[in-house]
Amino acid sequence: MSILTGTSTSDNGLLRVRRSTHSPVYTLIGSLLIVLLLSIAPWVVPAEWATVLQNFFILVTMATMWNLLAGYAGMVSIGQQAFVGLGAYATLFFALKGMNPFYTIPLAAITCVVIAYPVTFLLFRLRGGYFAVTTWVVASTAGIIIVNQGYLGGGTGKLLPGMPDMNPTSLQHLTYLVTGGVALIVVAATYFLLRSRLGLVLASIRDNEISARSSGTKVTSARRLVFLIAAAGTGAAGAVLALSQTYLQTGNEFNLQWAAEMLFVSMIGGLGTIEGPILGCIIFFALQQSLAQQGAWYLIIFGSVAVAVAIWQPRGLWGAFRDRFHIELLPVGHWVGDRKSETTDHRSMLERLNLKRPKKPSN
Amino acid sequence: MSEILLEVDDLTVHHGQLCAVDGVSFKVDQGEVLTMVGANGAGKSTLLRTVAGLHRQTSGTIRFQGVNVTKLAPQRRARLGIALVPEGRRLFPSLTLEENLQVGAHHAAKGPFSIGRVYELFDWMPARRRQRAWQFSGGEQQAIAIGRALVANPQVLLLDELSLGLAPIVIERIYALIPDIVAHGVGILLVEQDVTLGVGVANRVHCMLEGKTSLTGTPAELTSAQIERAYFGGEMSEMSPHHEDPA
Amino acid sequence: MIWLNVVIQGVLVGGFYALFACGLSLMFGVMRVINLAHGDMAVVAAYVAVFLTPHAHIPEVWAFVVVAPLFGVVGYIVQRTLIQKSIDRDPFTTLLVTFGLSVIIENLLLEIYSSNGQIVNVGELIVKSWHPQTIIYISYVSLAVLAAAVAVLGLLQVFLSKSGTGRLIRAVADDHEAAQLSGTNYRHIFGIAAAIAFATVALAGISYGMMTEFAPTSGGVNLLFAFETVVIGGIGSLWGTLVGGIALGIAQQFGAHINPEYQVLAGNILFLVVLAVRPEGLFGKKTALA
Repeated sequence: MSILTGTSTSDNGLLRVRRSTHSPVYTLIGSLLIVLLLSIAPWVVPAEWATVLQNFFILVTMATMWNLLAGYAGMVSIGQQAFVGLGAYATLFFALKGMNPFYTIPLAAITCVVIAYPVTFLLFRLRGGYFAVTTWVVASTAGIIIVNQGYLGGGTGKLLPGMPDMNPTSLQHLTYLVTGGVALIVVAATYFLLRSRLGLVLASIRDNEISARSSGTKVTSARRLVFLIAAAGTGAAGAVLALSQTYLQTGNEFNLQWAAEMLFVSMIGGLGTIEGPILGCIIFFALQQSLAQQGAWYLIIFGSVAVAVAIWQPRGLWGAFRDRFHIELLPVGHWVGDRKSETTDHRSMLERLNLKRPKKPSN
Repeated sequence: MSEILLEVDDLTVHHGQLCAVDGVSFKVDQGEVLTMVGANGAGKSTLLRTVAGLHRQTSGTIRFQGVNVTKLAPQRRARLGIALVPEGRRLFPSLTLEENLQVGAHHAAKGPFSIGRVYELFDWMPARRRQRAWQFSGGEQQAIAIGRALVANPQVLLLDELSLGLAPIVIERIYALIPDIVAHGVGILLVEQDVTLGVGVANRVHCMLEGKTSLTGTPAELTSAQIERAYFGGEMSEMSPHHEDPA
Repeated sequence: MIWLNVVIQGVLVGGFYALFACGLSLMFGVMRVINLAHGDMAVVAAYVAVFLTPHAHIPEVWAFVVVAPLFGVVGYIVQRTLIQKSIDRDPFTTLLVTFGLSVIIENLLLEIYSSNGQIVNVGELIVKSWHPQTIIYISYVSLAVLAAAVAVLGLLQVFLSKSGTGRLIRAVADDHEAAQLSGTNYRHIFGIAAAIAFATVALAGISYGMMTEFAPTSGGVNLLFAFETVVIGGIGSLWGTLVGGIALGIAQQFGAHINPEYQVLAGNILFLVVLAVRPEGLFGKKTALA
């Protein structure tokens, strides 16, 4: 049986606990570099690429939020498109009242939080599959309610009014930057959130809910908070979606396809990692662009890969890469000695630290 | 000479990182009762579950009637003749008493124990055979669970903590069955926390402590002081050497 | 009188919903799997009936005779391979995999058959109906589907309560580990449950195709209704599923009567209310939640 080992013990024999295997400076510099490159993209690359990048940002936002919900907080939702739609239509609503659509983004996020809050009181009585399908019912209900509001366009849809009066290229660039900005904020917020106390709480809940509850963790509050954050982020994604499409139709904004994309992308990239959804989105768009002429085939292939990944490599591509090479670009777990103590893993932290489990009453 | 029904050799079982069973070996013969005693966490139930196939061992072999069953799935072992009465009874709650027995008999081997015979052993059963299993008391459920295992006509019966949660008078009645069962040639591997009960019915005793064998012998050979030490632990040097089981 | 027609229409569609839902209920009750591809399987059956069985010179209306057993076999295989592997991982994976399958199937159908609406040809039967009163009409096809639903549910109930295999299915549903200890290969039993579920969903899909137009995306909305039926009626009771289906059907018809846009909404509301007030459903057992 193995004992605690560590090649990087400090002088007094205690084990060192670190955040990542490399210096955080690399992460910072790397991130800044990428953000810089992406910001100047619209001026440098062809216009269609900019559009693809814009859609990429939107999906990254949605997927990061879905991953927070499912991969970290253990809540599988196939109804997040409710907040995509609600965020988009909140933007329309405020724009119709005369507001500049760009300023409505935070309002859209807040609207989603306000609507999500009472919903959690019903949803949280459910688990697993019941929870998942009920989120879908909620999304369906939200879509039906919106489609019946004539002033929001009803069945035919409506054009988003009040866009700033500037030349189309500049408007495009502005939309691009705003969309990218939202994605950046959401990813960064998730990163810091998971490194905070809440992140540890989530990991403990996910690993063993009963233990977490009995050690005093406010499980339901933590879950609720995460659900609301996900609603806000997804709502913001819906808002920028509205900005980029400018013509809103319930069939599009509340489409189950968003749920499918968020899910596939996170599964393939790697649940429970921040880099995972981003990687998944990269693969998704690469596939979509290369199979652009083949109709829905990219979705079929992507879906099949997602299913295969779920069964055979549940950590996803990034998860597998990370485990093999012990590299983390955006670390949210802890390293003890030189063994990873996985707070982002299904198995308990104690087990991975090679500590004995407390003896169970029945052996 | 009795036939060796079950032979476990140097079995080691882990629960994740924890070593629950550490190099344990023993045999169970036809018509005899081997009792495993030990405290909570000593590894007894894990051992039984591994023998039944519900848990995978890390190393070691399990032979049943000479056949190596170490890699067989639980239902294959059951059909060969190893029956486990698990801790907590584990009846099918929504099925009736009779249906529980019928499931047990579904893959039964030929033998003396039929559903009718079980009804003779427990005369309160026939009247209540259409009641659902969740409605019975703990002691009654234990009897039904034993019945369910018996109707398969096993060669080896694994009994896990029969006395847990039961009143003394009920325990007495359950334990009174054991000689009856053994008389048919069935070998019994009994796991018990309660030493008096366990040693009382045993032909041989095997003590476990923190996954390892701490003491073996027949009830006649072992003193209560020895068993106590083996149960709770103490200096290993203070304990008598293991008795090798006569072949 | 018009409300009577609403109720009657609700009952008719409710029978269909129950037929649709019983497979879902079975798979959940036995192996705790919510098959998110359930609705799409039904649609596939309808497509098979319309496009493939004519090649075997079977009229579409009799397609179910061949398609249902075929789907049973497919169900067993899919269960023993894909779904069992997902179950072995965790419930999470099962949800993700069945959802993935659902999206794959829908898009495959879209690619192969386009998004045009299709219908299963039942000849003149489609337009025939019974008019006991001027305002009440009962379409023969719907009535036949209701009869089929009741027959299937009844047969299934008898099978589960009286047969040896049915007993094993119930035992495995209660405690599959204990079933193993009695010599039962629970994976095989899971396979049988899935086979039954797929066979019934094939029947449901073909029935759907007879009653109304279907398209690749029809699976999604029907899954929703099947799930709502199961929740309203309760897991673990087939007659509960029938009652659940009828309750859902009636609620939807009421909603539609007020405003056609409210049909699905009314059903959703009933579902959410039952969830809030009595989550185990009208006839379900308390332990049935996921």
